[in-house]
Amino acid sequence: MPKIVLDGKEIEFSQGQTIIEAAKAAGIIIPHFCWHPKLSVSGNCRVCLVEIEKSPKLAIACSTIASDGMIVSSMSDKAVAARNAVMEFLLINHPLDCPICDEAGECKLQDYAYTHSTGESRFTEEKVHKDKRVPIGPRVMFDAERCISCSRCIRFCDEIAKDPELTFVQRGDRVTIVTYPGSELDNPYSMNVVDICPVGALTNRDFRFKARVWELSSTESICIGCARGCNTEIWVRNNEVLRLTPRLNEEVNSYWMCDHGRIDTFKFVNDDSRVDGPFLRHKDKLIRAGWDEALSKAVSTLKQYTKEEIAFIASPYVTCEDNYLFARFAKSVIGSKNIDFMRHIDPTFGDDILRREDKTPNSKGAELVGAIPAKGGLSFDGIMTGIKSGRIKALYIIEDDIVSAKPELEDILSKLDLLIVHSTNFNKTTELADYVFPSSTYTAKNGVFVNFQGRAQRIRPAASTIEQDRALDGMNLSRLDKFGTPFDSWANSKQRDARATWRIIQALMQIYGIKPKYSIAEDIFIDIAKNIEAFKGLNYEILGDLGVKLKTAKPELV
Amino acid sequence: MSLRRRKKDLTFWEKIYIPEIVKGLALTLKTMFKPKYTVEYPEVKFIPPASYRGRPVLVMEENGKERCVACGLCSRVCPPLAIFVQAAETPDEKERYPVKFEINMIRCIFCGFCEDVCPEEAIVMSKDYELAFSSREEAIYGKDKLLTPIKQVQDRINFLRQYK
Ligand code: SF4
Ligand code: SF4
Ligand code: SF4
Ligand code: SF4
Repeated sequence: MPKIVLDGKEIEFSQGQTIIEAAKAAGIIIPHFCWHPKLSVSGNCRVCLVEIEKSPKLAIACSTIASDGMIVSSMSDKAVAARNAVMEFLLINHPLDCPICDEAGECKLQDYAYTHSTGESRFTEEKVHKDKRVPIGPRVMFDAERCISCSRCIRFCDEIAKDPELTFVQRGDRVTIVTYPGSELDNPYSMNVVDICPVGALTNRDFRFKARVWELSSTESICIGCARGCNTEIWVRNNEVLRLTPRLNEEVNSYWMCDHGRIDTFKFVNDDSRVDGPFLRHKDKLIRAGWDEALSKAVSTLKQYTKEEIAFIASPYVTCEDNYLFARFAKSVIGSKNIDFMRHIDPTFGDDILRREDKTPNSKGAELVGAIPAKGGLSFDGIMTGIKSGRIKALYIIEDDIVSAKPELEDILSKLDLLIVHSTNFNKTTELADYVFPSSTYTAKNGVFVNFQGRAQRIRPAASTIEQDRALDGMNLSRLDKFGTPFDSWANSKQRDARATWRIIQALMQIYGIKPKYSIAEDIFIDIAKNIEAFKGLNYEILGDLGVKLKTAKPELV
Repeated sequence: MSLRRRKKDLTFWEKIYIPEIVKGLALTLKTMFKPKYTVEYPEVKFIPPASYRGRPVLVMEENGKERCVACGLCSRVCPPLAIFVQAAETPDEKERYPVKFEINMIRCIFCGFCEDVCPEEAIVMSKDYELAFSSREEAIYGKDKLLTPIKQVQDRINFLRQYK
């Protein structure tokens, strides 16, 4: 393999790589603003200037192709002086309004001002003033003064979102970003420009001023917006989910996620409509009950029906663990064959970038772990017809608001004698229920989702329920979590009395006389790995941060 | 090994000790006729100089609004995590302001770091040292208790401009 010498270290590269790419592959980051591994090279910020031996002038590492034997220095006096000069130049017209800028704390310009700048400006003249607080799109705010004209946002729209909306206008110190006449920055991926903008020129309108980033904890998770299962980080303060950001996974979503996933998939977690504790129907009203009471009453009512009269609706929104235990409960404990889940297909949602028509994160996983009808059992539609005809009298639904998804089901479900529902929030389905068990959201539990590619990926708890303790349960902590006490208003947020669906099912099974086997979600996953071919040999550690593609992805009929 | 001798052994006059007592009493007598430094608190209040670090307060501009832009730096620097700031958007030029600003006076150690770090000269140490609470909740000072007209803290601001 050809080699270059970078700062005295020999690194290998493959033909055609630029210096910056070769360095990155070897784990060395050459400072840069405008270069991005997934975008075309524009070479306009000049921060990546390096010295190359025998070359008369400094060269930009992002567009200089590495060639064998090149001796490159990013630390030589000349390179350092050039970098300082570029930083000074970029800061000439920068407003330095970090105190009101949401990017502060994760800003490349701020970081480089510490590491690659002299800290002094010789510029005493009045700075150029431009428009601030420009709503450049429905979800993105633009501040022209902060922009360093790196063109990352323009290239993103052109090359990744495939929807050219942005362009430079004017020249010199008056250059700024605008949308083309009559258009807005409103493509379904528009908020990625917030992540890639190296400064605070483009910010997230949804997260605007909600918190400082250093107050938040971040936890690796998976988006539940569609079957792609983009890898994400959940950002939490005081047990409230405040934003989601994409996490690099080249096999799934690269650096990106869509706007729907980013802003529409976590609000329900913080919402007042959350189910807090179990509820029982008492004279047309749902009344809060204790766990033991609700569980034992639910079992004794369930026992009044024959196994042919009971049907089960699993959920493509919950983890494999939840669905697995639910299916086991339905098939082995109750002995019913009627279990299926609703498919949420939206043909208008899919595209050929990331978004998939299947708007749930785990339909593949639900099928694999057996949340599908047993031989001779009823499918979803069959169950509905069964209810209509009176053959099915009791229905057990976990975490899927099927009535909101299909309003015509309301009439059908009201024919039921018994409806048990697990739900994170009160909704149209819980309105009809006789028992509502509070399930914790995907932000508060461990588990595995299988995306449309058949890739098993982990979610982790980021926000806690009443039964979880951030520190003891090993959740990621922010500084506020570490030092807060229940007496601090910023540390005594609302925690709901909710449990992961598998825990509730396990408690029910215990009443049926089955000894509880699982103490954590991974115990179930190990069971899944033992019993289901596709998951053979896996555990949470092997899944790691980026997930594993399953060997076979065909559901077995059990 | 000889005992270590004192640096200065007592002289004869010191040893007989009566002249020393007289000297001491003379000092007492002299001081009795000098002006007093103590005050009859709480009837008489001590008014500290501008360099004094009483409880931190938020500066309220003449227009009745706070200077603070809710940047959260004071909250970040505060060693005992006494400060909590929640920002929100305002149509004013400064774009953001604190909808909620709380200092937990049980946590505060009067170090003045918040004042030091504030980029807006928006939080300063006042002369107020009279703090008493009967419950934890009472000790959490919100914007209502923190906002102080700029006139009342002007001498502290002048002091900071001169010495910070
Ligand atoms: S808005 Fe941000 S990403 Fe776009 S050119 Fe300016 S600095 Fe670069
Ligand atoms: S593409 Fe799908 S998984 Fe990815 S962010 Fe959007 S909704 Fe979420
Ligand atoms: S004086 Fe010190 S302890 Fe008190 S609020 Fe300010 S930074 Fe915190
Ligand atoms: S440092 Fe100053 S401007 Fe920032 S939040 Fe504190 S008081 Fe407000």
